[in-house]
Parts: sequence; structure tokens; C-alpha cells
Amino acid sequence: MLNIKNLSASINGKTIISGLNLEVKEGEVHAIMGPNGSGKSTLASVIAGRETFDVDEGTITYMGKNLLDLPAETRAREGIFLGFQYPVEIPGVSIANFMRTAINEKRKYLGLEPLTGAEFLKLMEEKKKMVDIQSKLTNRSVNEGFSGGEKKKNEIFQMAMLEPRLAILDETDSGLDIDALKVVAKGVNKLRRPDNATIVITHYQRLLDYITPDFVHVLYDGRIIKSGDKNLALELEKKGYDWVKKEAPAGV
Amino acid sequence: MKDDDNKILQEVTGSDYKYGFYTDIEMDQAPPGLTEDTIRFISAKKNEPEFMLEFRLKAFRHWQTLKEPEWAHVEYPSINYQDLIYYSAPRKKPKYDNIDEVDPELLETFEKLGIPLDEQKSLAGVAVDAVMDSVSVGSTFKKTLEEQGVIFCSFSEALQKHPELIKKHMGTVVPYTDNFFAALNSAVFSDGSFAYIPKGVKCPLELSTYFRINAANTGQFERTLIVAEEGSYVSYMEGCTAPIRDENQLHAAIVEIIAHKDAEVKYSTVQNWWPGDKEGKGGVYNFVTKRGICEGDNSKISWTQVETGSAVTWKYPSLILKGDNSTGEFYSVAVTNNKQQADTGTKMIHLGKNTRSTIISKGISAGQSNNSYRGLVKTSKKAENARNFSQCDSLLLGDQSGAHTFPYLDVGNRTSIVEHEATTSKISEDQLFYCLQRGIDMEGAIGLIVNGYAKEVLSKLPMEFAVEAQKLLSVSLEGSVG
Ligand SMILES: Nc1ncnc2c1ncn2[C@@H]1O[C@H](COP(=O)(O)OP(=O)(O)OP(=O)(O)O)[C@@H](O)[C@H]1O
Ligand SMILES: [Mg+2]
Repeated sequence: MLNIKNLSASINGKTIISGLNLEVKEGEVHAIMGPNGSGKSTLASVIAGRETFDVDEGTITYMGKNLLDLPAETRAREGIFLGFQYPVEIPGVSIANFMRTAINEKRKYLGLEPLTGAEFLKLMEEKKKMVDIQSKLTNRSVNEGFSGGEKKKNEIFQMAMLEPRLAILDETDSGLDIDALKVVAKGVNKLRRPDNATIVITHYQRLLDYITPDFVHVLYDGRIIKSGDKNLALELEKKGYDWVKKEAPAGV
Repeated sequence: MKDDDNKILQEVTGSDYKYGFYTDIEMDQAPPGLTEDTIRFISAKKNEPEFMLEFRLKAFRHWQTLKEPEWAHVEYPSINYQDLIYYSAPRKKPKYDNIDEVDPELLETFEKLGIPLDEQKSLAGVAVDAVMDSVSVGSTFKKTLEEQGVIFCSFSEALQKHPELIKKHMGTVVPYTDNFFAALNSAVFSDGSFAYIPKGVKCPLELSTYFRINAANTGQFERTLIVAEEGSYVSYMEGCTAPIRDENQLHAAIVEIIAHKDAEVKYSTVQNWWPGDKEGKGGVYNFVTKRGICEGDNSKISWTQVETGSAVTWKYPSLILKGDNSTGEFYSVAVTNNKQQADTGTKMIHLGKNTRSTIISKGISAGQSNNSYRGLVKTSKKAENARNFSQCDSLLLGDQSGAHTFPYLDVGNRTSIVEHEATTSKISEDQLFYCLQRGIDMEGAIGLIVNGYAKEVLSKLPMEFAVEAQKLLSVSLEGSVG
């Protein structure tokens, strides 16, 4: 479904991703780990189409399409969802209004009629239950005054609403208490289907106790330097990153 | 990268005016220029009572002694007042009782503008008194209003039918000596609206008037007078759009509101006049004097305005809080784009005891526009325990637009409390990307963020007006991206 080949990306002339390869197939869950500043969020942003980053080399295909040709909003409508590491506040715009706009934009793109108010409310109630978020939250402005955990739950709620084909969750587990972590994991697992895929970016093995990844990758210095199964995460938790860095071939 | 953001914003905000068109209706107009003869012509045309002509002439003589004000933070080429046409009216005599009698071309114009002069809107509870090129052409739901003793009609009609009411109130809140544009308006005003709510009556309908400028080179000089007697209530809405024109068009209106004891007046405006092209050419000059007086104890007046149009706006809806315990409110959203300039704000003059005022101003500047808030809060010696709260926020789109805040304070009483808060913010690239990532395009994202920012003010508008205003905010910042 997603195929990244030899990707290099930079910001203001500073290369952050260099020669990265990654393939994600339908039904798979990939975990990406790696030290701070290694380029994990940058990779997520580049896949989502953030224009502040320049793609200097390489290709990304998604569902047979050249992803790099599509603007960010089209990628989103094609089913790519990014759960942000730092969700931003949009004062005065309620989550309900925000989601209704987003869903109807997507439906328009797909040639579907917009949801009526009643249909939308029904969907929202359903998803709220599914991801266990407080009813009042959706009447509040997007992320405004939310606690760290509420922001992350709100990302999962939006993911549930938008039903993406490819979800990228950037440290959605950071700052969550153990109950919230379970809720997030439950949400991800419930939304898991044979025809969609998830990339979870995380620093902690504990999330992977609840969401079992098919692959674990270590991103370092803008490249994936090691891949393995879930046992790799356990090993990293125990030993840190130094041994992987040493093992890694210099350059590509 | 920052340049990239700016480029995107520029494209998005470089919008074209969606409602620009021009209707050709045969005009019955005065020759260009302004002399005492012009004024006599206008007055005679309108078959006015003698006192009106005298008022006009006095105003004209005073105006001749005045100079155009230069203190506002706006620039525009000087206006040659002798080039303007001061009276024009649709040739067919107005005064229709029935909408069917109205010129179909005119109705079509209204249709294009989406002006709801139709049954639907009436059923929704709105009596419409549509003003086009200065002459009132249609009225609905007069009966409902008449039953309650409410008078709602064009200014000219009021001069014929209720001259004593006009004579008593006109010019008491905004005297012709007030300022250059007020004097000009008082001399040459063409028409406008009059609303009178008798004692104890809660006006059963939202009163609305649609103004429009349509004649080439014609200054439009509207005059509105609202009188709310003791214990009455009225909500009044004013809205307008204008067609694309090459010549600059001058608009210098006056609105006067009088609220007696325990009365409440809500005045809402959505203003969308032709702002000029991207270079700022050809837009409307909007120099308006709006003022209300809370004459009686416990009275209340609120101004709510959404300003998106005009090339140059100079407008300070103000309130004199004379009655004890009276309340004044000013809620404003002013959008400027391209080369638009707006210098707007309010004055709250506290004279009575325990008077309260609230000012919420939200400026939004895009393109190379300039948006200034200018506000005065004054408490007099006798205004014991007067209170004011002011909040002035500015939102900048891109880095070529300007926002300025000029708050003036004049506190004459030690027991009064005046608070002022101000913020300036930008739409961040993070916010835009967050929206894009959810599938909302750039225009939609800006519309959403801007509406969110202005929510506090929009929520003060009557429901259906709020919906129109939201669309307008998005449209006025919308561009050709996509
Ligand atoms: N807008 C930017 N301008 C300059 N440098 C940037 C920008 N965004 C990211 N970088 C740099 O790119 C590198 C990778 O950042 P990124 O956010 O992708 O790391 P990360 O792996 O997600 O880290 P963390 O685990 O801390 O979230 C860092 O050195 C960061 O400083
Ligand atoms: Mg990160």
C-alpha cells in the first residue's frame, strides 16, 4: 500500500531524511522507534505532504499513486491520517464542526453526498463510545485548553471518525496514563482491518504490549538502520540504541 | 519556507469579489455638483416639509466651513465634491404596496444579491424594507408591525407621514455640526429608514434594511433613525453588497438611535461593499457616523458589526450612556484584504451612574491591507461606578498586512473601572497543516480558523444573519487556490 524508496528530505537546505526505504502492506502494523531528533516526525510529515519540507530524492507510492504529486489535503482524502505528536489548538472551532467539515470534504472528493446533521451526530456518538472520549469534549474548541492526554485521545477520535486506510500515529502514547494508553490501543485495534495499515511512532515498548506490531524499525540519522519483529522493541528497551548504531553500516 | 507560507496565503487571500455586477436602471438624477440649488432640488423632489429644507441648508452652510478630516489611519485620493451627483432615484415612482408592482429588473438584482424580499424570508420573521439607490421600494409585514404601533418605513415616507417625530428626534444624537461627513449627509441625504417602537412594545419582527449603491458616481447618503420608547425592544439589521464599479463611490451615512428608559435596541450590520480590485482601485469609501444614546435609566444599546467590504472604512459606532445603569455594547469583526483600509472602532461615553460598556473588537488583516482599531472610553465626573471592558484582538494573515490599535482613555471619575486587553496573532502554518491533513483545503482552513477567531462576535448576531456573515468571512478571504 505504501512504498518509500530512497527518500531524502530536507528543510531549509538541511537534510533530515536520507536514503530511507520502507514498505507497508495492507493489514500490517509497523512500529518506528529511534532516538530524539532522528527524523521520525519529519518522515510522518513528508508522507502527509507538509510543504515546509522539500523532497530532494526518492519516490513514495501509495495505493499505486505517486504520492508526491498530491497536495496534503488530497492525501488525507485518499485515506492518509496523521495523529500529530503536538496537536495544535484552533480557537473557536468546535471539534464537531471541524470533523463535520473534514468528513464532508472527503465525501465530496469521493463523489458522495455530505452527511446530514443527524447522520453526522449519530456517527459521532458511535465513535465517541468506541474510543471512550468524554461527551463534552467534542463541543469544545479543537485542542484548546486540552490536557496532554485529551489532545492525544482527540487524535484517536478523529482517526476513528475519518476511518483512514493508512494511519500514522506520532507518539500518540506519550504523556498518556495507563488507562488512556489502553483506550488508545483499544481504538487502534478496533479500527484495524485487513485492508488498512498503521504506522506507530513510539519511544516505549509498553504501547507495543497492547498493539502488536508486525515490524519494528529503528530510525537513526534519517535512515532505517535496523528492522525486526516485536522482539526488537524489547531488546531496544533493555539495551538502548547504542548497539544498533554501532552495528549500522556507515552511509548507505 | 516562510516565503512559501506567504505565497500560499497570498494566493488564498487574493480573492475576487463574488457579488460584483451592475444593473442598469434609468435614473432620475440631479446634475453633478453641490450648491444650495442642489439641496433645494433634492428637497423639492422629495416634497419635504419646510423644516427639513431649513435643516439641510443650515447643515450645508456649516459643511462649507469644514475641512475633511485627516486624522484616520487611511489614505485615499481626495474627493472632488463638485463632481458627485447628489440625487438619483429609480425613474418609476416608488411607494409600492405590492411587491408585484416593483420593477422586475430590480427584483432580479435583489435575487442575485440573495436579498430575501420573498415570502420565505418573511415567514422566517423578517420584515424587509429594501433601499436601492436611496429610494425605498418595498415593504413587507407592515401590517404586523402596524398592529403593534411600530413604525418602520423609509425616511422620506416618515417625513410625509410622521414629520413631528422626525423633527423631534433627527439630529439630536448626531448634530450636523458633528463632523465633516455628518454635515454633508445632513445637507444632502437622499433617503434611509425610520423605526419607531412605542412604549412597552417588544417589536415582534427583526427589522432589516438592505442598502445598495448602484449609480455611477453617486454618493450615497443614507440616514437612519431609530427611536425606542420606554420599555420597548427592537432588533434591527442592516446589510449590503455593491456592484463592481470603476469610479470610487462615496458613502457617508448617519445612524441615530435613541433608547428611552428600560428600552433595548440591538443594531446589527453586515457590510460587504465593493472593496476595489486587488490594487485597491474603485472601491467604496465608507465614512459613516453611527451613534446611539441610552437616554433613559436601565436602557441598553448594542452594536454588532461584521465589516468585510469597502476600499476605505471610517466608522465608529458610538454610544452615550446617559441614563443611570444603562449598558452599551460594541461587537465588531473587521476584515481587510488586498489594499483595503479600515479605521474603525467605537466611543463609549459614560455619563450616568453605574453605566456599563463592553467592547469586543476582532480585526483580521490579509494581503497588503491596513486594519486599525480606534476606541475611546470616557467616564464623566458624575459617572460613578462606571465600568468598561475592552478586548481588541488582531489576526494577521501573511506578513504584508498591518494591524494597529489606538485605545484612548479619558477617566473623569475615580470610582470607574476601565479594563483593556489586546492581542495580536497570526494564523500559524501548524494550524493550516493540521486542517489540510484532515482533508480541508487551504480556503476551507482559513475560513474555519477565521470564523473560529470571530466566533465571540458572530454569536451576537441574529441567527440567520450569523450564517450569512460566516459565509461572507470565508468568501472575503477566499482565493483562486485549488
Ligand atoms: N522546521 C524545522 N526547522 C529546522 N529543523 C527542523 C525542523 N523540523 C525538524 N527539524 C530538525 O529535524 C530533525 C528531526 O526532527 P524530527 O522532529 O523529525 O525528530 P523525531 O525523530 O520526531 O524526534 P522526537 O523523538 O524528539 O520527536 C531534528 O534535528 C530537528 O531539529
Ligand atoms: Mg517526533
